[in-house]
Parts: sequence; structure tokens; C-alpha cells
Amino acid sequence: MKKIASFVISDILRNKVILVYTLVLAVFSWSIFSLEDSTSKAVLSLLNLVLLTVPLVAIIFSNIYIYNSGEFIELLVSQPVKRASIWTALFAGLSSALVVSFLVGIGIPVVIFIPGKTGLILVATGIMVTLVFTSLAMLCSILMRDKARGIGLSVIIWLFMTLIYDGLVLFLMFQFADYPIEKPMVVVSALNPIDLARILVLLQIDMTVLLGFTGAVFQKMFGTTTGLAVSAILMMLWILIPFYLSLKIFKRKDL
Amino acid sequence: MIITCRRPGFLAITLIWSLPLWGCTLTVGSGKDFIRIADALKQASDKDTVMVFEGTYAEGTLTIRKKIIMIGIERPIIDGGMKGEVLAIKSSDVIVKGFRIIRSGSGTLDDPAGIRVYNVKKVILEDNELVDNFFGIYLQYSSGCIVRNNKIMANASEEQKIGNGIHCWKSDSLTIIGNKITGHRDGIYFEFVTHSLVWRNISKYNLRYGLHFMFSNDDDYINNVFVANGAGVAVMYTKNVLMYNNTFAESRGDASYGILLKDISDAEIIGNSFTDNTSALYLEGANRMVISKNTFRDNGWGLKIQANCMDNVVQENNFISNTFDVSTNGSLVLNTFKNNYWDKYEGYDLNKDACGDVPYRPLSLYAVVIENNPVAMLLFRSFMISLLERTEKLIPSITPESFRDDHPKMKPLDL
Repeated sequence: MKKIASFVISDILRNKVILVYTLVLAVFSWSIFSLEDSTSKAVLSLLNLVLLTVPLVAIIFSNIYIYNSGEFIELLVSQPVKRASIWTALFAGLSSALVVSFLVGIGIPVVIFIPGKTGLILVATGIMVTLVFTSLAMLCSILMRDKARGIGLSVIIWLFMTLIYDGLVLFLMFQFADYPIEKPMVVVSALNPIDLARILVLLQIDMTVLLGFTGAVFQKMFGTTTGLAVSAILMMLWILIPFYLSLKIFKRKDL
Repeated sequence: MIITCRRPGFLAITLIWSLPLWGCTLTVGSGKDFIRIADALKQASDKDTVMVFEGTYAEGTLTIRKKIIMIGIERPIIDGGMKGEVLAIKSSDVIVKGFRIIRSGSGTLDDPAGIRVYNVKKVILEDNELVDNFFGIYLQYSSGCIVRNNKIMANASEEQKIGNGIHCWKSDSLTIIGNKITGHRDGIYFEFVTHSLVWRNISKYNLRYGLHFMFSNDDDYINNVFVANGAGVAVMYTKNVLMYNNTFAESRGDASYGILLKDISDAEIIGNSFTDNTSALYLEGANRMVISKNTFRDNGWGLKIQANCMDNVVQENNFISNTFDVSTNGSLVLNTFKNNYWDKYEGYDLNKDACGDVPYRPLSLYAVVIENNPVAMLLFRSFMISLLERTEKLIPSITPESFRDDHPKMKPLDL
């Protein structure tokens, strides 16, 4: 398993797309930090990068990589290796390669320019988001045999998480504006990994305005250590559940 | 008991006619003329000086009924013993200086205070420390009094269990300078106080408001610092107020404001700095105000201006890294915004006159949405909301069209 994972990592890290991805992230974050004079604005721009670009690249790239290594996977399956370890190794390789390029591209400048809790949370959520979307990509690619459909599904998932889900939540908020919906709405938005990531970073940079929010629900739900732990657990579930489902299918799938 | 009385020389009197007679000096302390302050106060007559030396004096309520100067040497302690008020001043022309006054009684019926000034004129309270009193300094029906360089401290846990640091009621021409107030209910409280000056005071960590004034016309507030008070600063039902160069910081919480203005008219708010507040400046029913040369930095909301405010001018302020610069609750706009610097402004300046060529709309769509539906804060800064904001900026539909700064500055004003 280790061998497969390290092979995948070295294969991906030599991949041109991932090099470009790393480079683009690095260029963006360095230029954001050198152009913006206020750190909170810089964090905001980076947040958009983390919430839009990172998941998109993670899900699409992983998806395509798995389709392209279809023959390689078939070859491995014919060897005396457990299917579970092949799939896990593939996930481990993909996600760690993406995490490495995220860390090089955004992690390093963040650590240099905004050391401290805000930077740490930003990097941590970025890593989590990468892992979540890699895991979702694995599920997409195993669900759809056809490459085009698989990619289509992953784009839809990305669009749903970043845009449509928020639209639905906003719609619900206005429909039920007359009811005490603070807590249910917090739960609903915490169910989306992108929203969860956004709220965690927001708690760091928009503290003053969030304290004004009725009852400071935010602070109570996410600001405490328990809140952080719960958020981390939710993220872990978002990583583990899609991967587990895909693994289950892969074990029994006729390749 | 010996009273040393130092009359000035006969020669001096003949030389300087106009000078009134000096009083005597009465000393209090162990080995001095008096052991107890109360005895000295009883013996003293107008224009005398009572010098109190180091030590702790717990004599119940001390009442000054004569025009005397009372000076503490090496900061003697007057202990109220948690009963009633500590020092009551019932005569005009009294100076109290250099004491540490502790432990007044508590109770909301008679409002005991560290120093309470009753219905008199020209009292000076200077360089005293007031610790753990219910009210710190309490002035009622007084005029021409000066409260200078006092330190007023308390450690209250609940608003009901403590009074205000400097409480002024029905007074006129007061001067409150250089006091430091912490841990009371309101730092400085004015009710029906007119023609007064509040200058260079520091009011921190008070439970309710750093400064609270109502029905107090024609007062000036200059160079004060209000930090981390429970609900910031509240000013209500007042006209002709000047607020210059004050600092309002760290008022955080849902009902917490840098300054809350309610039914204020003809006031000037100039050169103040607002930092790290949930809402920096909240205006409700405020008319004919001039708000200029202020700096709003790192606040949740810079300016919350309700639709019932009229004829206010907001000009030449800096709005820097606030989450929302401006918010309002209606579509009626009767106020003027001009020549402010907004860090969110994205326009250009082709004719190089340092003002942007396209108007800036400080009211963001989302500020309006949140005003109507606070829960929507959950979606703040999400991709979809940014898209909506962009659209709104191009084609204003929800935000009032006339809510804009026609000549926004390109660079922050040097304030």
C-alpha cells in the first residue's frame, strides 16, 4: 500500500497540472499579500481562493487522474494486492499530493505574513476542503463509468456546494424569517463543508460584526473549543463517508 | 488640644488690601492637632485648611459644611465601612484633594457615594482615589464644580449592584478633567447637566456605558477615551453637544455601540476615532449633526444611520476595513455623504482632483439584508452573496439609489 501511495504521489507531483496549480496558488497568495496593506482584506481574498479554486481543482483533478489511471488500477487489481489497500493508497497519494501543493502555494506565504490563529485556521480549513473534495471525486469516478459523466457530476457537486446550497439556505431563511431559526440554520450551514470552512475563517476576521448577530449564535456554536471540535468532526465525516462509500463500491465492482 | 494658627503678618495685610484673611491650618493625624477628621471639620471655620496626614480614618459619614480646603498628605484613607456615603460636601467653595476614599455603603434608595456634593457651587475635587464605592463622585444641583485627575475604581459584577463613576444630576458649568474610571455601571453619567466640559477622561471596563448622558445640552466632550465598556457610549435627548477627538474602542456585543445617539440634534462629532466596535456610530432620530474627520476602523458596522435621521452631514471621514461601512433600515435618505474615504471604493480618478469620478454607494446589499434578517449573517462572504453584491452595485434595486457619496476621496484623509 505504501509503495502504491508513494508511486501515486511521485507520479502526481511530476504532473504538469499540479505544478501549474501550485504555481498559480503561490503567485496569487504572494501578490495578495504584497498588494493588500490590511491583513484582513488579504485573508478575505485568500478565503475566496480556498473556497472556490481549491475545491474545484481538487475534485476535477482527482477525478481525471482516477479515470486516466484506469489501466494502472486494473493492472494492480490483477496482482495479489487487496482492493481496499489499492483504493486507499490511491486516495492517500492523491490527497497528500494536493495538500502538499496547497501548503507550498498558500501555506508558506500565510505562515510568513499572518502567523497566528487566523493563518492556522485558514490553512487547516484549506487542507480539510482539499481532502473532502478529493474524497468526493473518488466517489464520483466510481459511480460513473463514463469519464465525461463523472467530470460532469463532480462539477455539479462543486457548484452545488459553493453556490446552490447557499442560495437554498438564503431562500429558507427568508421563508422562515418569522420563526426562531438561528440554531437550525447554523446546523444547516454547518452541513456544507464549504460553508463550514467559511464560517470558521469568518470567526477569525469578522469578529466584531459577528458579535452583533442576535444572541451571538455564531460565537456560541463555533467559537468555543467544543465548536471547533465539532466542526473538525463534521469535516472528517465529509472526508470519510464519501471515501468509505466509494471503497465499498470499488471492492465489489467489475472493472 | 493645640491649634496652630498662622495668620499672615500685619505688614502683608497693609500692603495687599484686597487679599482676604487666610484661614487657619488644622492638622489631623496621630500626634497632630486632631486624631479624627470629624473633630477637625467641627472646629474649622470658613477659609481654613484641614491637612490630613497618612493613616486610615473610619469615622462614618464625614460632612463638610464650611468653605474649607481639605488636603490629604501621603494619601490618607477614608474608610466608609460599607455604611452610607463617605464624604458629603454641603458647602460651596470646598476643595478636597489627595485622599483615598473607600467602601461606601450600597443601596439604590439613597445612592451612597464616595464623595457626594449637595446643592453647592465651586467645589473642587482633585487627585483623589475612590475605590469600591457604590457611586464614585456624585454631584447634584451643583454648579461651577471641577472634578480633576481622580481615579475611580470598582469591581462590580452586576449593573444593579453598583452606581456610576462620576454621576452628575441637575448641574451646570461642571468641568470633568483627566479622571480614570473603571468597573462602575456608567463611567460618567450626566442628566440635566448643562454648559459642562468633559475633557481627557479615561473610562474603561464599565458594566454599562462609558459615558451616558441625557437631557444635557450645550456640553463639550473632548479627548476622552472610552474602551471596552459593556455597551459603549450612549447619548440621548440632547442638543448642542460637541464631541471632539474622543476615542471609542472595543464596544462589542449585540446592543453595544461606540456611540449610540438617540434624539440628538445640532451636535458636532469631529475628529473622533472608532476602532473595533460592533457598531461604531448608531444614529436614531438624530438631526442636523455634523459628522466629520472621524476615523472608523475595524468595526463591524461603521455607521448605522436609521431612516428617521435628517439633515446630517457626513463628510471627510475615513472608513477603513469595517465589515460594513454603513447600514440603514429604510429607503428614505435625508442625509448628505460627501468627500469621505471608503477603502472599499473601486472607482477611478481621471482628472486627478483626488476625488473619485464615479459615486460610491456605501450601503451594501447585504447590510440591508442583514438589517431585515439577521440570521442571514450565516451566509456572509459566501460566493453567492458576493455575486449578489456585485449585481446590486451595478444595478441598485434594493438599496436606495440616492444613498451615495458623489465625491469619494481616493486616498485616506490625513487625520
